[in-house]
Amino acid sequence: MRDQLEKIRNDAIELLKSVGTQAELETARIKFLGKKGELTAVLKQMGRLSPEERPVMGQIANEVRGEIEEVILQATQKLKQAELTERMSSEAIDVTLPGIRPHLGHKHPLSIVLDEVKEIFLGMGFQIATGPEVEWDYYNFEALNIPENHPARDTQDTFYITDKMLLRTQTSPVQIRVMEKQSPPIRIIAPGRVFRSDAVDATHSPLFHQIEGLVVDKGITMGHLKGCLDAFAKRLYGENTKIRLRPHHFPFTEPSCEIDVSCFRCSGAGCPMCKNEGWIEILGGGMVHPKVLKTGGIDPEVYSGFAFGVGLERIVMFRFNIDDLRLFYENDLRFLSQF
Amino acid sequence: MKLSKKWLKDYYDYSVSDKEFADNMTMTGSKVEGIEIEGAMLSNIVVGQVITVEPHSNSDHLFVCSVNVGGNKNIQIVTGAQNVCAGDFVPVALDNSTIHGGKTIKKGEIRGVESNGMLCSLAELGLTVMDFPYSISDGIFILGEDCVKTPGMDIRESIGLDDTVFEFEITSNRPDCLSVIGLAREASASFGDLLQIDEPVTPSGKGNINNLLEVSISDSGKCYRYIGAVVENVKVEPSPRWLRERLRASGVRPINNIVDITNYVMLEYGQPMHAFDINLVENRKIIVRTAAQGEKIVTLDGIERSLTPDMLVIADSNKPIAIAGVMGGEFSGILENTTTVVFESASFNGANVRSTAKKLGMRTESSSRFEKQLDPNACIKAMNRALELVKVLGAGEIITGLADCYPLPKTCTEIPFNTDWINEFIGINLSYSQQENYLNLLGFSVENGNVIVPTFRQDIEHLADLSEEIARLYGYENIPNRELTGIADGRLTQMQSFEVLVSDTLLSCGYTEVQTYSFYSPKCLDKILLPEDSELRNYVKILNPLGEDTGIMRTTALPSMLEVLAYNFKHKNTAAKLFEIATEYHPVSEEELPDENPKLIIGAYGHENGYLMLKGCIEELFDVLGIINFSFSADNSNISYHPSRCALISVDGDNVGLIGEINPLVSDNYEVNTRFYVAELDMELLFKAKNLLKLYTPMPKFPPVDRDLSLLCDKNTPVQKLKELISEAVGELMESIELFDIYEGKQIPADKKSVAFSLRLRSAQKTLTDEEADALMNNAIKTLSSHGITIRT
Repeated sequence: MRDQLEKIRNDAIELLKSVGTQAELETARIKFLGKKGELTAVLKQMGRLSPEERPVMGQIANEVRGEIEEVILQATQKLKQAELTERMSSEAIDVTLPGIRPHLGHKHPLSIVLDEVKEIFLGMGFQIATGPEVEWDYYNFEALNIPENHPARDTQDTFYITDKMLLRTQTSPVQIRVMEKQSPPIRIIAPGRVFRSDAVDATHSPLFHQIEGLVVDKGITMGHLKGCLDAFAKRLYGENTKIRLRPHHFPFTEPSCEIDVSCFRCSGAGCPMCKNEGWIEILGGGMVHPKVLKTGGIDPEVYSGFAFGVGLERIVMFRFNIDDLRLFYENDLRFLSQF
Repeated sequence: MKLSKKWLKDYYDYSVSDKEFADNMTMTGSKVEGIEIEGAMLSNIVVGQVITVEPHSNSDHLFVCSVNVGGNKNIQIVTGAQNVCAGDFVPVALDNSTIHGGKTIKKGEIRGVESNGMLCSLAELGLTVMDFPYSISDGIFILGEDCVKTPGMDIRESIGLDDTVFEFEITSNRPDCLSVIGLAREASASFGDLLQIDEPVTPSGKGNINNLLEVSISDSGKCYRYIGAVVENVKVEPSPRWLRERLRASGVRPINNIVDITNYVMLEYGQPMHAFDINLVENRKIIVRTAAQGEKIVTLDGIERSLTPDMLVIADSNKPIAIAGVMGGEFSGILENTTTVVFESASFNGANVRSTAKKLGMRTESSSRFEKQLDPNACIKAMNRALELVKVLGAGEIITGLADCYPLPKTCTEIPFNTDWINEFIGINLSYSQQENYLNLLGFSVENGNVIVPTFRQDIEHLADLSEEIARLYGYENIPNRELTGIADGRLTQMQSFEVLVSDTLLSCGYTEVQTYSFYSPKCLDKILLPEDSELRNYVKILNPLGEDTGIMRTTALPSMLEVLAYNFKHKNTAAKLFEIATEYHPVSEEELPDENPKLIIGAYGHENGYLMLKGCIEELFDVLGIINFSFSADNSNISYHPSRCALISVDGDNVGLIGEINPLVSDNYEVNTRFYVAELDMELLFKAKNLLKLYTPMPKFPPVDRDLSLLCDKNTPVQKLKELISEAVGELMESIELFDIYEGKQIPADKKSVAFSLRLRSAQKTLTDEEADALMNNAIKTLSSHGITIRT
């Protein structure tokens, strides 16, 4: 019997060495350890042994079983490892295939920069005001110190709806509307569409966008206008940006100025973008004319304010190196998807 | 405004470079847009004297000239010109020279004869016979007595083509700067110098003007002043070179001495003048009056104009002879045989001139100056200067005296001088005397605490105006920057945040933002097949459109979106997913502004299942906006859309928009052969319907039971209806129901379709048993059967 057990052990170890699949392994397990397996068959003969031999043989049989189980376990692990390795190598993918993109939409370039501008001014405590695009002549001109037959009307070719109603030529009427509704302190920007009767070409469009700004409070000075726009320019174009105010004329501000920023391409050294001037004009502004404050219902003896206007298209064109205004309104995906 | 440097130097001379001068002017408010050096393009062209002229041996129309171009040596030049004689002084373009237009001249051979340059015409120097009236346009420019005839001298120096011209942008509030003297004043002030001008006095002559001319003004609200002067025995001839030169540098064509004098004075003093033959004035009476209704005048340009009573005319006792400040009448010019001239220097109401010029559609140099409101006190200075020039030029005999009608002499505005206010307004700290000094430089004076504003500065009315004068001379760059302080509430309104949310959601869903014009042609409404009686044809119409494309304000953004889709399709962009938050404009009445309503419009083409893709995007958007109770219902009433592929979208039973495939007939109108899908949603209604207050619901405690249900129904039964039937039958224990298959075709009767749902059942109180789930499913099956819908097994 001892020999039988030894044989089983040796046979099993020998056989398991050559097992190649899970199925073969299972067959081997049944052959040696199964209910009708060889080990069981040997153990059935235990009854015939003497009481002295029985525990000895029992111990040997258990050792053999344990040994075989151990070998089976090892074989199983080895097989699993082999199968896993095989599966992994068979599952190789071409990691260089193009990804499946979810394709986000593209924000319009005008919105991209406008959002930045809004962010900057929100951060400085400005609110965002709006006004109607179809506007009264009164708000667009008269209240802004541009009476009928004023030469300044020439520079803004106007689309009229009736003799009193028009498409606003500037976002400045929002100044008046805000002053009428809100008492100082006022700190707003008013971005929006404006309309001029200009035929479409690379630099003209009958519709474009302006961003108006208005601050009214006690003790507002031209120094505040400079400080505010300097901060704006630095946030929009970088900390090294400088601004330059040139005297100009707008009927609704006094003093008035045009505001240049140092060229963000050449930092003022002169390049084709700034036409070798080192400066690029992007803003107009000034101290709100006392007449305009009064028209807006604000006492110019108590309050003062500044206002400014930015042409959105212009700053977007500079930002993205766009040379043709028409691209904004053609909405060609080959253009829009670049941003 | 073009400013001649030579002319400026009559009044103010600067010592810095031209570039520094220009920068300084710009920074104090007179923006220099360009600096042009006359004749800058010309090089290596000199004065030459023709010594001999011989016929060319190989040509019957060419000549061979020997020309002295300075020094001892003469050079040989072949010319085709017929007007050159020995002894003439001519411009000679030497070998390697550049003529006007940038062409380079090199020596060479012409028909076998060496030619070492070219004799030049006026055009080759960039000039015309207006500049040298004794010359001819189709031959060589033979230098006259007004040129320096030194062989070898640079031609520009010889003929006075060597001025520097500054181009200024003058703002509409500063008509005084549309003049040499005005800019000289700005220039001197910007360099801190006080400008001294010797003002001309009225020259005396012979006779008495009162015997020759009578002037009256009948509407002193429209004409502030009218001065007439008379010059007899006028000799109409070209002006001298220096005068022609200055006109040319200023961009004005020389005509003859009389006309040139009026233009010269206008450029120098900013005051338009007029000169006309006294024979034009019947009875020698000039009356400045308003026109009669329908009164006619033929203006200088030969066009008959019909006038209205708000227009001012210069008339004699019988007829209008000029439209005041705008243009003279047909015969009011200076004729060859004119012997007695009336010079006019007048001041009109600027707004009235502007409105007249605009109504008649004739903006002139004169009207564009008058409309900016000129100084009545400048009239006399200009007239005196004109008469002085008559004398200098020997153009005629001046009659003593002026016919000056000036009913209400313009006095100086006075503004109480408040230096503290100015310092506080600008944010600077200048002393009284510093401020006063800046004002003095600009021609203001301070008397008894008041600033006396000169009458040529009618734009100055308020301390704020004075503060600008002081600030710009002090230098805007010297004003210290200050930060805004105090509490401020910078945030978006709810509607603004809502728009951001909508826009961000669409972008995340893969839709690209577009921006389209607010206006379009009324034909756009035809293109989307809008019926004649549609409300959307009640639009805001633009009175003065640029063309059809800016004819009306859009009442619907649909054509705008279709235009963009079509544009992209035609440009071979294979697929598109686009959106815009577009304003639509709906008229209310003449007394009220139109309603401006934001519309979310989404458009797509080139994607599979276009309708479902778009619908899915809207469902996603509704999910983000917390809009739960919405439905899509088939609608065939919108003509722009495919009648069987369009749905109305409602939230809480209210219509908020629609979605569908565009009617193929509409696509045809946009000349595209693809399917467009569009959805339109009212932003204001969505804003009202949104619910952004999201509250947490605890996760379920008990496990779900999942069951599938496959059924067979009529082909045209909406899936939504099946869902509703099942939901109703199963009741509240149904957590969710998802469509997972829909099939028509083989093994299914032709008028049927197979639809499969997976249901998830769950109770919040306990674990559902199979029996309970079966019972619920049986309810569903029973209900479906009662609607003729069978279960597939």
